[in-house]
Order: sequence, then C-alpha cells, then structure tokens
Amino acid sequence: MNLVGFYASLDPWVQTALLKTLEILGVLLVVVFSVAFMTLAERKVIGWIQGRMGPNRVTLIGIPFTEGWGQPIADVVKLLFKEIVLPANADRVLFLLAPMIALVPAFATWAVVPFSPAFVLADIDAGLLYVLALTSLGVYGIILAGWATNSKYALLGALRSAAQIVAYEIAMGFALVGVLMVAGSLNLSDIVRSQSGAFGWNVIWLAPLAVIYFISGIAETNRAPFDVAEGESEIVAGFHVEYSGATFATLFALPEYANMILIAVLTSVMFFGGWLSPFDGYLPATSFLAQPSFVWLLGKIVFFLFCFLWFRATFPRYRYDQIMRLGWKVFIPLTLIWIFVEGLMVYWHVGPWRH
Amino acid sequence: MNAVRNLTKTLLLGELLQGLGLTFKYMLKPKTTVRYPEEKTPQSYRYRGLHALRRYPNGEERCIACKLCEAVCPALAITIESDVSADGTRRTTRYDIDLFKCIYCGFCEEACPVDAIVETRIHEYHMENPGENIMTKDKLLAVGERFETMISADKAADAAYR
Amino acid sequence: MLINILFYLFSATLITASLGVVLARNSVHSAMFLVLAFFTSSGLWLLLGAEFLAIVLVLVYVGAVMVLFLFVVMMLDVNVAQMREGFTRYAPLGALIALIVIAEICYVVWHPSLKLDMLGLTSDVAASASNTRSLGLVLYTKYAYPFQLAAVLLLLAIVAAITLTMRQRPNLKKQDISAQVAVRKGDRLRVVQVASEKRP
Repeated sequence: MNLVGFYASLDPWVQTALLKTLEILGVLLVVVFSVAFMTLAERKVIGWIQGRMGPNRVTLIGIPFTEGWGQPIADVVKLLFKEIVLPANADRVLFLLAPMIALVPAFATWAVVPFSPAFVLADIDAGLLYVLALTSLGVYGIILAGWATNSKYALLGALRSAAQIVAYEIAMGFALVGVLMVAGSLNLSDIVRSQSGAFGWNVIWLAPLAVIYFISGIAETNRAPFDVAEGESEIVAGFHVEYSGATFATLFALPEYANMILIAVLTSVMFFGGWLSPFDGYLPATSFLAQPSFVWLLGKIVFFLFCFLWFRATFPRYRYDQIMRLGWKVFIPLTLIWIFVEGLMVYWHVGPWRH
Repeated sequence: MNAVRNLTKTLLLGELLQGLGLTFKYMLKPKTTVRYPEEKTPQSYRYRGLHALRRYPNGEERCIACKLCEAVCPALAITIESDVSADGTRRTTRYDIDLFKCIYCGFCEEACPVDAIVETRIHEYHMENPGENIMTKDKLLAVGERFETMISADKAADAAYR
Repeated sequence: MLINILFYLFSATLITASLGVVLARNSVHSAMFLVLAFFTSSGLWLLLGAEFLAIVLVLVYVGAVMVLFLFVVMMLDVNVAQMREGFTRYAPLGALIALIVIAEICYVVWHPSLKLDMLGLTSDVAASASNTRSLGLVLYTKYAYPFQLAAVLLLLAIVAAITLTMRQRPNLKKQDISAQVAVRKGDRLRVVQVASEKRP
C-alpha cells in the first residue's frame, strides 16, 4: 500500500523510467531462464532421438517427477564456480572482453521484439534495421575470442565463423527485404499486423524466403549442421578452446542459445504471424481462438526451437566450402529470384497485394 | 530431364525432410535406457567382478599356495608368497591382487584346483586412496566371508557346465 | 537535460576512441577502438533523431566493413617499431593536414553564412515520425536518377571485384562442389546380384 503511494508520488518521467527498467529486467530474466532450460531441452530432445532419456538425475528441489529438470541449475552453478584459465600469451583485456561483447547484441535485440499486441520494449520505426544491425555484431565476440586466445585452432574457428556469418547475413537480409515489401514498414509490430487475415501469413507467399531465412538463421547462430566454427573433430572447439567456467558460459552458452531463441522469435514474427492466432481469418473474429496473444507466439517459438534441436540431431555437419557455396551461390540467388517474383506479384496484384 | 527432377528434389528439400521424418519417428519410440542405480540389467552367475578368497565350511582356508593363479595371470596382477603354517600345511603368507593390473579375465578362477580364488559378481566398488587398489589376503578373505552364500550359489549353478 | 548528458558522454567516448585508434600499439586494438568510435557516432546521430543513418552506420561499417578489417588485421604481424621510423619525417605534414581539417570544421560550424543551427535541426527531425520513410520518398522521387547511378556504380565495382578473383589457372586442382552435391545414390552405388554357389 505504502509502495503504491510512493510510486504515485513520483514524477511521471521517473515512473516511466522505473516501469521500463522493470520491463527490461523481466524480459532479460525470462530470456536467461529460457536459455538455461533450452540447454536441458536440447539434451533431452537429442537424447530421445537417439533412443536415450537425456538428463534424468537432478530434480528440482526434490519434487517428484522432475528428474532432470534441475540439470540447468546444476550446470550453471558448476560453470560459475570453475576456474577461469587465462592462456599465457593471450591478450588479457580482449580475452575477457570478448564474452561480454558476444553477450550484448544477443540481449539488446530483444528490445524490439513484439511479444504481444500490447507489449514491446521499444516500438521503434527502424526495428528491422535494428535487428539486422545487432545480429551482425554477434560476430565480434567470436572473432575477438578467437584472436585473443592466441591459439591457431581458435583463430581458425573465428575466421570460419566470421566468414560464415557475413555470408549468411546477406541471405537473411535479402529474405527480410521480401518481408519488407509485403509489410511496407520496418516496424516489427506493423510487420505482424500486416499478416492478419486468412492466408495472410508471409510464409504462404514467401515460403522460399521463410525457409532460407530459417536456415540462414541456423548458420548465423553457428548451430549444427553449420557448426564448423566449433568443429570439434577438426579444430578442437574453435574459438572457445581456451575458455572455461563463467567466461565459457557467457561467451558460448548464453549468446548462442539466446540467439537461437531470437531467430525462432524473428522467424515467427516475420513469416508466421508473430502473436497472431493461426485461426485468425478462418474462424469468426469474435471467437476465443482467433484472438491474438502471446500464447500463439510462444507456441511458434517452441516449434522453431524444437526444429533447431531436431536438425542438430538429424543432419551431419556440412563441409566448410559447401557451407560457403550454399550461402553465396544458392541462397543469395534464390532470394533475389523470389524478390523478383514478388515484384511481379505486386505488379499483377496477387498474394498479399490482391486488395 | 533427370537434372530438372534432381534440382526440384533438392530445392524442395526432399531428402532432408525424409531424414527429419526418420529421426522424429525415433524420438517417439520407447527408450531402452536402464536407470542404473534404481534399475539394473540382469547379471550372469558367471559375471567376473571383484575377487574373493574362500574358506571351507569349517573355516579352513582353501588356498594351498600352489601358485597356479600367479603363473596363469596374463596381467601379472597376482603376487603370492608361501610358508609352512603352524599346523604343518602349506599356506600363503601373502596373496596380493593389484586391481589396476587385473583385466578380470577369470583365468585365476579357472586355474585354481581348490576353488579358492573366485571372481564374485560385485562390480560396484571404488578406491579412494592410493594403495587401496592392492587387494591383500585379509581383504580378499573378508570379501569371501561376506559373500559366501552368493559365491556358493553361483558355483552350484555353474557346476553342471564344468 | 538528459540529451545533453548523453551528448557529452558520447562525444567524450568518441574522442577517446578516436585517439585510441591512432595511439593504440596493437592494430587489433585500434580496430576495436574504431568500432567503438563508429558506435558512439551512431549514438550521436540517434540523439539528432537520424535513427536510419545511425543504424545503417552500425549495420554497414561495424557489421560488415570492420569485420573484414579485423579479418585482415588479425592475420598481420605488424612490426610497430618499423612503422614508427618515419614518424618525425612525416609529422609536420600530418600536423598541417590536421590543422586544415580543424579549420574547415570550425568554418562550417561557426560561419554565420552557413546558418548551421544544430538545435533547430533536432527538433525539426524529431517531429516527423519516421525518417526511414521520408528518406525513401526522397531517394526514389527527387534523387531517383543519382540513386540509380550510384547503384549501378556499386554493381560495376562488385562485378569488377569478382572478375578479378575469377582468374582461371590451368592445372589447378580444385573440387567442383556443385557436382559433388548433385551426386545421387545411383551414380556411386551399384547393387550386384551375385549368384550364390550351390550346396555340395
């Protein structure tokens, strides 16, 4: 009661600042917890696909039927208490700075994600550009980590990862150009709104772009089958060979998984209608199932995250030159062709432009 | 024509989807994992685990220090020293098995003419300090005394095949 | 008030980072300082309400150009002592250029005939909602011709750069990935039915 009175007595400007800070903290906490439980989900799903059970020992404070659910917490505690080893000839400053640089873009991008019709941290006009700019920064953590370690394996991993990310970013950018043409706006909430109605989802008219976007997203996050930057069979573990403990957790685990979740969110937002209901436009608009809400977005995110794990368990790792070929010689021409096709659609008023 | 068919197949990700279908099917299959400490796989009575030295029912040591086990041991894990005991029989004064050298082949058990050295079914044991890997005579006899019922039951079950 | 604080924060960081670019002994460090400089200047542009330009600066310069810079710099083994040899000889020339640039900036900022009023600019742009839209409108109508010309020029540069790398050397052993990927089961695998021997 006292707290409410205190809040009301504050300056409106301070109130907004306080509220926004709380919102940001909330989103960050949710992301970090999702990352923690994503590692568990990954091990579980891959275990199931390989005929195993996955982690099934650590319970959540002894609650029955939660075997394995406490695993992420145990992992985090272990990683945080492990020693951080500094290689003798490493560049100390950059070695310790790299994990933080990797972490910042992975978290900052969440600012523009439209979680529900009402809730966006920053509903900015150039949202899509912001996303593109920040995802292109993720490579710095990896490059610096690889260079600062002063190890040949790490440098090779960093170079591979950098070249790969730069290549696939272009395909991703072109795929998003297709989305832009439909939505006519760079604002992510507007992009979601432009997909409402029957047959409104972008994936229906931009299916090739959606597939390319998601695959490029997998490549961009250095996930299997595009994880040559780690390539444990060739270059030990790539850019994070010498990282241990908390630096490993922040350099490798947190940004990688946060980026995975982000790619899942962005794919849902750009191509699968974000927080729009899948029944929107098919059922009457008053129906309970046709209401837009965060739950629909959550369902889509979970599906795409499952796809990440599914792909990892299914496909063998690409050879490096084949990755580069796929990015430059297949995806970029394909996206360009589809953008041209979209131009024709605009001209003849089909698809999203039929009205 | 073939090239066109291959191209469409590649672009539609046919083979990739086929692979995904297969892994999805496997994901839903029942798991064969044995949740070890709670569940255990059935064990043969011939299982070769931790060693034990046996005694006769009257408490007399079976081992007669013939050193056949020492001779047959392929890993040279067994060390035996013998002397004449107080009652005039031939007895070991030292019977050491180095568990780090032992390969659990069971040759010592096969070689023993009096069924003195046996390998029990126990496989859940560990060492915490250096030197604990040496099973001395006392330790081996203690294992034998403790698990005599299990050992004799296993021997009886296996007797028909020897 | 807040904008002023942010402005001085960004400006101070920008100047420090720019000094770092020049003064850092390690070339990777100076590349990273340059990244920081780009970031802070993009922050300054954001304060001016030019969010499109700010984000594009990060996207293009930090996200692509500097990555390639780092790529090259990382693999160099630069001998700093050797580079410093000619420092005293070129110092006067460098100082002269710096002075000229400073004089030019001062002229632009303070000369009354140019009427560069920063405050008026900010309020003007911040009022209009999306400068991405307005930029696009101007680019595709008023400046359509120069814009297309620039695009063609860039395309030409890309084509030229790629042609330079397309040098075909005879006797060069390389893998044809397209052919490798296009291989089907039938090309490599032949199932042979071998007649089994009759039982005696």
